[in-house]
Amino acid sequence: MEIFGIPHQAFLGQLMLGLVNGAFYAMLSLGLAVIFGLLDIVNFAHGALYMVGAFAAWIMMDSWGINYWFALVLAPLIVGVLGVIIERGLLKRLYGLDPLYGLLLTFGVSLILEGIFRKQYGVSGQSYSVPELLSGATNLGFMILPNYRAWVVVASIAVCLATWFIIERTRLGAYLRAGTENAKLVQAFGVNVPVMVTLTFAAGAALAGLAGVLAAPVIQVTPLMGSNLIIVVFAVVVIGGMGSILGSVVTGLGLGVVEGFTRVFYPEASNIVVFVIMAIVLVLRPAGLFGKET
Amino acid sequence: MKLKTLVAALAVCLGSAGAMAQDQSGPVRIGFITDMSSLYADIDGPAGAEMIKWAVQDFGGKVLNRPVEVLSADHQNKADVAASKAREWIDSQNLAMLIGGTSSGTNLAMSGIAKEKKRPFISIGAGSARLTNEDCSPYTIHYAYDTVALAKVGGSALVKAGAKKWFFLTADYAFGHSLEADSSTVVKANGGTVVGSVRHPLNASDFSSFLLQAQSSKADILAMANAGGDFINAMKAAKEFGITKSMKVAGLLVFINDVHSIGLANAEGLQVADSWYWNQDDDSRKFAKRFFDKYKRMPSSLQAADYSAAMNYLKAVQKVGTTDGDKVNAELRSMKYNDFYHKNGTVRGDGRMIHDMYLYQVKGPKESTTPWDYYKLVAKVPGDQAFTTPAESKCSLLKK
Repeated sequence: MEIFGIPHQAFLGQLMLGLVNGAFYAMLSLGLAVIFGLLDIVNFAHGALYMVGAFAAWIMMDSWGINYWFALVLAPLIVGVLGVIIERGLLKRLYGLDPLYGLLLTFGVSLILEGIFRKQYGVSGQSYSVPELLSGATNLGFMILPNYRAWVVVASIAVCLATWFIIERTRLGAYLRAGTENAKLVQAFGVNVPVMVTLTFAAGAALAGLAGVLAAPVIQVTPLMGSNLIIVVFAVVVIGGMGSILGSVVTGLGLGVVEGFTRVFYPEASNIVVFVIMAIVLVLRPAGLFGKET
Repeated sequence: MKLKTLVAALAVCLGSAGAMAQDQSGPVRIGFITDMSSLYADIDGPAGAEMIKWAVQDFGGKVLNRPVEVLSADHQNKADVAASKAREWIDSQNLAMLIGGTSSGTNLAMSGIAKEKKRPFISIGAGSARLTNEDCSPYTIHYAYDTVALAKVGGSALVKAGAKKWFFLTADYAFGHSLEADSSTVVKANGGTVVGSVRHPLNASDFSSFLLQAQSSKADILAMANAGGDFINAMKAAKEFGITKSMKVAGLLVFINDVHSIGLANAEGLQVADSWYWNQDDDSRKFAKRFFDKYKRMPSSLQAADYSAAMNYLKAVQKVGTTDGDKVNAELRSMKYNDFYHKNGTVRGDGRMIHDMYLYQVKGPKESTTPWDYYKLVAKVPGDQAFTTPAESKCSLLKK
């Protein structure tokens, strides 16, 4: 049996791999969407924070023997704290100015972080092994799926759902949304808006860090891993609609799949297919697929 | 009046620039352009620049009573960046010679500039054999290795060992294309077949899709025509997806840093063609120790070649008594090269440095006794068998 001229086994295999990558994109773009949607900050440091998350996991393993499962909790916390420092120390001073200043600032931060790690660890990358529990692979009939990759999909979807639930369905989420619409009014109800903003930024950063830990066993941990991904992730956010959480999750998964199939039919284009789609979407729907026209 | 002054000032400027081109006083400048920050930065990069400085320092810091300066720049793997930097240095800094680091596209561009400006150009880290084949130049010397040698030394050994059906995973730029084409030629010449190939973008983040295609090709060897970070990630994914159980993986260009990064457990048994290994003799070990003391890792063959190229250039300048591009170039092409990097190296008419190449096998974790003790020697291939033969050459400069 063939689907689009390729054997159905290979087709299903590519579909699966596309979903795995898509889950990654979804999770990374989720953090960006949260920060943009709620705080109006275009956080170019997101890729660097993802890289720091992966390095934090690797350093903990390498220097102190802290295993993957603890790293999964600790590394996002560390990156979250770094997020607090960036927001309190730098970004706070730029509120009220054109958002472009924030974009440039975070871009600078990402260059600095990348430079520090490159100087210290080189570019070849550090190897982080898959945790014992998730090593091995499962034969799905149409392909061999490494157990770890299956776990990444499950974990990403769980995190995406949880984030969506907190923001759209809880009282905290309601404060957050209200606070970004009208800070003064919410403050009058006794909510400390600046602290809320800081924590939101930290949470977005922690999501990037978490994605970094999840990625560490799959690719080499290198200072370049963030900048390699960040442009694609921004495209995901733009296609999904800036700030739309549902949009970034759905688009992330979808683009992962599209990219996977491009690798089969015309591999040379696999790097740019995302941007071609972005261009088409922006022409037809300037606010993105799930964005609200303003 | 004002216009006149301006014209006069301009004339003075132009005049001095013209004089500078023939200037035989002031510092002798050696330029080095390589990947300083991206996926090839560890195999060459800032440490490679430092090796050139070491060579200058060991030579005494001066040649013909003029101080020697080393300029270095990051080409970011972009040919236009490399070309404009090279042009700028030659035009405004009176650059005496140019050394090219990693990445074939950038080196092909620099080779063109060097030819136009008549400056010796030594290409170290670029793989593409086009530099001494279709695109050969009287001013370019290809110093370390090339894709033909990798194919002849590494590829043929695998075919002879029984790997008949090949599938290529190729980096989609000049170097990958060269390596795939040259390896395919060797595979077919030795009775093997190429059943398919897939081209991936440079610096690809995910290889799983490509590897799945490789797996469904039913080839018995998966040949990776890529390098650095791309090779490392592809190798790691191949292990993860169980490709290594059904296919043998061949890295067509693997540097010792890559082996270190992947770890011996993952790289064990891999056969690697290279021009130099730090643990091959006493001179090499001496150089390697000095490198290790500074960088806490062992030098790659490219970093060793960087040192050797700069040192030999200075010797040539000393001998001919001038930095004139044509005269030094003639000396570089007629002299013998003997140092810790190569024995009895000679430069052929097409610019190819002919020296021995080696086939190594990566040791297992238990066999490795000291830090960075990674390779055992499988074969030493004499230069005339490793590189393009004059009969195969497409270079117009090579008298047949």
